[in-house]
Amino acid sequence: MSRTDTQARTASAPADRGGPKQPLIIAQDLKKHFPVRSGLLNRQSATVHAVDGVSFEVRKGETLGIVGESGCGKSTTARLLIGLIELDQGHIIFDGEELGTDIQLKELRHGVQMVFQDSYASLNPRLTIEQSIAFGPAVQKLDDPKARARDLMQRVGLDPDRFAARYPHELSGGQRQRVNIARALAMSPRLVILDEAVSALDKSVEAQVLNLLSDLRKELGLTYVFISHDLNVVRFISDRVLVMYLGEVVEVGPVDAIYETQAHPYTASLFAAMPSMDPDNRTKEPPLAGDPPNPIDPPTGCRFHTRCRFAEDICSAAKPKLATIAGNPDHLAACHIQDARSGHSLATREAAE
Amino acid sequence: MFTYLVRRLIYVLPVAVGVSMFCFLLVHIAPGDPLTAIMPVDATAEEQAAMRSAYGLDKPLPVQYAIWISKAVQGDLGKSIATGRPVTGEVMRAVANSLLLAAAASAIAFPNGIFLGFLAGYFRDTIFDRAITAVAITGVSVPNYWLGIVLVIVFSVQLSWLPSMGAGPGGSGEWAWDYAHLRHLILPAVTLAVVPIGIVARTIRALVGDIFSMDFVQALYAKGMRHPDVLRHVIRNAAPTALSVIGLQLGYLLGGSILIETVFNWPGSGFLLSNAIFQRDLPLLQGTILVLALFFVTANLIVDVAQAAIDPRIKRT
Amino acid sequence: MAATDVTELIEPVVRTQGYWTGVFHRFRKDPVAVTCTAIILLLILAAIFAPYLDLADPYKSSMIKRLKPIGTDGFLLGTDEQGRDMFARLIYGGRLTLFIGLMPVVFAFVIGSCLGLVAGYAGGLVNTIIMRTIDVFFAFPSVLLAIAISGALGAGIFNSLVSLTIVFIPPIARVAESVTSSVRALDYIDAARASGGDALTIIRVHIIGNVLGPIFVYATSLTSVCMILAAGLSFLGIGVRPPEPEWGLMLNTLRTAIYVNPWVAALPGLMIFVTSLCLNLLSDGLRSAMNVKD
Repeated sequence: MSRTDTQARTASAPADRGGPKQPLIIAQDLKKHFPVRSGLLNRQSATVHAVDGVSFEVRKGETLGIVGESGCGKSTTARLLIGLIELDQGHIIFDGEELGTDIQLKELRHGVQMVFQDSYASLNPRLTIEQSIAFGPAVQKLDDPKARARDLMQRVGLDPDRFAARYPHELSGGQRQRVNIARALAMSPRLVILDEAVSALDKSVEAQVLNLLSDLRKELGLTYVFISHDLNVVRFISDRVLVMYLGEVVEVGPVDAIYETQAHPYTASLFAAMPSMDPDNRTKEPPLAGDPPNPIDPPTGCRFHTRCRFAEDICSAAKPKLATIAGNPDHLAACHIQDARSGHSLATREAAE
Repeated sequence: MFTYLVRRLIYVLPVAVGVSMFCFLLVHIAPGDPLTAIMPVDATAEEQAAMRSAYGLDKPLPVQYAIWISKAVQGDLGKSIATGRPVTGEVMRAVANSLLLAAAASAIAFPNGIFLGFLAGYFRDTIFDRAITAVAITGVSVPNYWLGIVLVIVFSVQLSWLPSMGAGPGGSGEWAWDYAHLRHLILPAVTLAVVPIGIVARTIRALVGDIFSMDFVQALYAKGMRHPDVLRHVIRNAAPTALSVIGLQLGYLLGGSILIETVFNWPGSGFLLSNAIFQRDLPLLQGTILVLALFFVTANLIVDVAQAAIDPRIKRT
Repeated sequence: MAATDVTELIEPVVRTQGYWTGVFHRFRKDPVAVTCTAIILLLILAAIFAPYLDLADPYKSSMIKRLKPIGTDGFLLGTDEQGRDMFARLIYGGRLTLFIGLMPVVFAFVIGSCLGLVAGYAGGLVNTIIMRTIDVFFAFPSVLLAIAISGALGAGIFNSLVSLTIVFIPPIARVAESVTSSVRALDYIDAARASGGDALTIIRVHIIGNVLGPIFVYATSLTSVCMILAAGLSFLGIGVRPPEPEWGLMLNTLRTAIYVNPWVAALPGLMIFVTSLCLNLLSDGLRSAMNVKD
């Protein structure tokens, strides 16, 4: 165990309080709505239901992948978790302590950090790399921010002697993302949220950064929330996967279980939409037609019912709850088909299987 | 579209109120007693007090404002201290003359400015472009009052081609639509037009240059579209911004005319304003500034609405 | 050890340079910009060191020697309508014109930037209040506003400074607010907030450096207008008072002389023109050096 590892750990905020069984972060029923103003007096004419009752947990040491189409609320959820956007409703519980009552935003930010997507606008063009990374520790009055910055640069694979005094425009995309990772780690967080962190990179560079992330997770005992729209990448890096649609969670479970059998029709179509690599088995037509409906006026009941092959009356009438699938307590989906008591024609059959 | 118009109007109201408050306060930030200009030196204390209350100056400020604005809305801007005539009449007459000058200057400036700018943008980075840009920058940098004097030197003093003063023969203050009067309009209008030509040409040049380098123009050429048709598309794209630049120049034409009118003794609102300042004729000063500012606000409103009408990118709700 | 980019190995060692160093180098290579800077500096130096130069007394009048043409013996640029040496008057006149022409932009830059920065960063109600108040001033064309305020306050150097500063605060504040809002929306500000930075620290470290550049360039583009306006106020008689030499005022007093000695009468305006032209070209050069689109 290197000197820097213990240094990193002792400098971090509260040590593991809840114990190994306590999920690192629990999101309970998060809600965030944005008003849409228009008309004569700029009155609120509609609401964007960006995040509408999202609940999940992230276990210590795991990587939770979050997938979904554009506009499903992934990024908003991420920003809610880190406190960049204020919650309308809901609770966030970090290592057993609730935000707002047991701990405040300042302490939450000690434990949770974020790596952003657009690697150019995510760094201040006027600061050197070293200054950018050292900003957080300097603000938090941790000791020797510069040395920390250089150490982290070393860790992410950027030679401090060559890179410390450089500016963002003098780096490549992959290098800038490494800097972003270093900056997130400078606060010694326990949870790192990666919001489309590799989406803007070339494939080869993406692979390198993903490997770096894996290594860092092991070295520093981190927990990740990995948001992406790229299903292959999510499979590679995640332990569990959460699928979002129009501001709600539709399915969550271990990565292998989900990639093998998708319980929710939306997840199924999402996966089926991945073009096939097998020339004998070409994808001929998209399994899912149309665009996701407007989050301003979400459909009633199950939000997916407008595009679902199996939709029935019950689907537009009642909202399905997240329920376990076929005996696997870790795999949940929000679909009437999975719920024996829902009244859906396929329900009893599926549940029995 | 209608909602946009109404919303714009609602938005203008507080601005107009703010403008009127500012005009009102102008008089009161002036050092010294507003009445010193008209009071005889040997006025007794009672006479002073009587005068003060006749002008309503003994009331608290907000009340004075309310009185003034309620009268102004009805068209009564008080009486000029110097001439005793109603301010509204003087101002409207003068503003009409200024508008005439502004219109003439616009007629010279905008077509020429747009044309030159378009040429410069189309032939970007050629000698043509550089020449036009040089002329434009010169136009923008020249102090218009100096240019007026120089033109008078050249065309009146040295060559005796054009008159140097007034709106009519003999330096008169009255306008009439005849050849003799039009000769008086030429020099002031040209002088006033120079700066807008420069600004419009520079802006249009940049705009046209940008549009031509956009991908969609390349796509049009690749489709096999011919020059004149592509030009039509470019012009349609340039129109909203061009309109906005022209709108901005209206302010210059209304305000900058003050200096030109002083040089040429043109009987416009600027000339009136100069006199009002010199004679410390505060009601006249207040009234003129209010009318000019409100004119400007209205002109901007019209330009905004016109822009919203032709630019599909602007929200109409 | 984490994998390193292969590109690192083949990249030559780059000499890093800050943003402003780059701007300076690009500016240096622009002949027009450099020439104009030289001219402006020359004028400023002449203005500052005027008393030490071997010049005639700019206040000494002589009714006999009125309106002598350019090139007269002993009077390089002729004399004005009161027989004062034009060359001396022009150099001394530059002091006041440059002062009243440039200082208001400096003051407006400071005040306007602060207002715009606060409005842009805070957003919401604060933004609305500040910007709507500024909109009232925008309702006036700048010339009209300057004349209105100066007309109300009266002539004098201090009044002119006040009036012109007020005229130029709104446009600078508006640009400042716009730029600050754009920067505020970028990801690195979110990252800074997530690191726990408070508003003041974030503004100081992250916002000011990225925002002052564009505002500054915009402010330089206003200097020529301010100069012309300052001289214009004196031309109208509500700026500098006689017998102080000032280019605009000189243009006014020499007006009647255009029938007698037109070229002398035109000289002060020529100075205003040349200075204004140089300021414009300088500002343009600065803008290109900063790669800001025309």
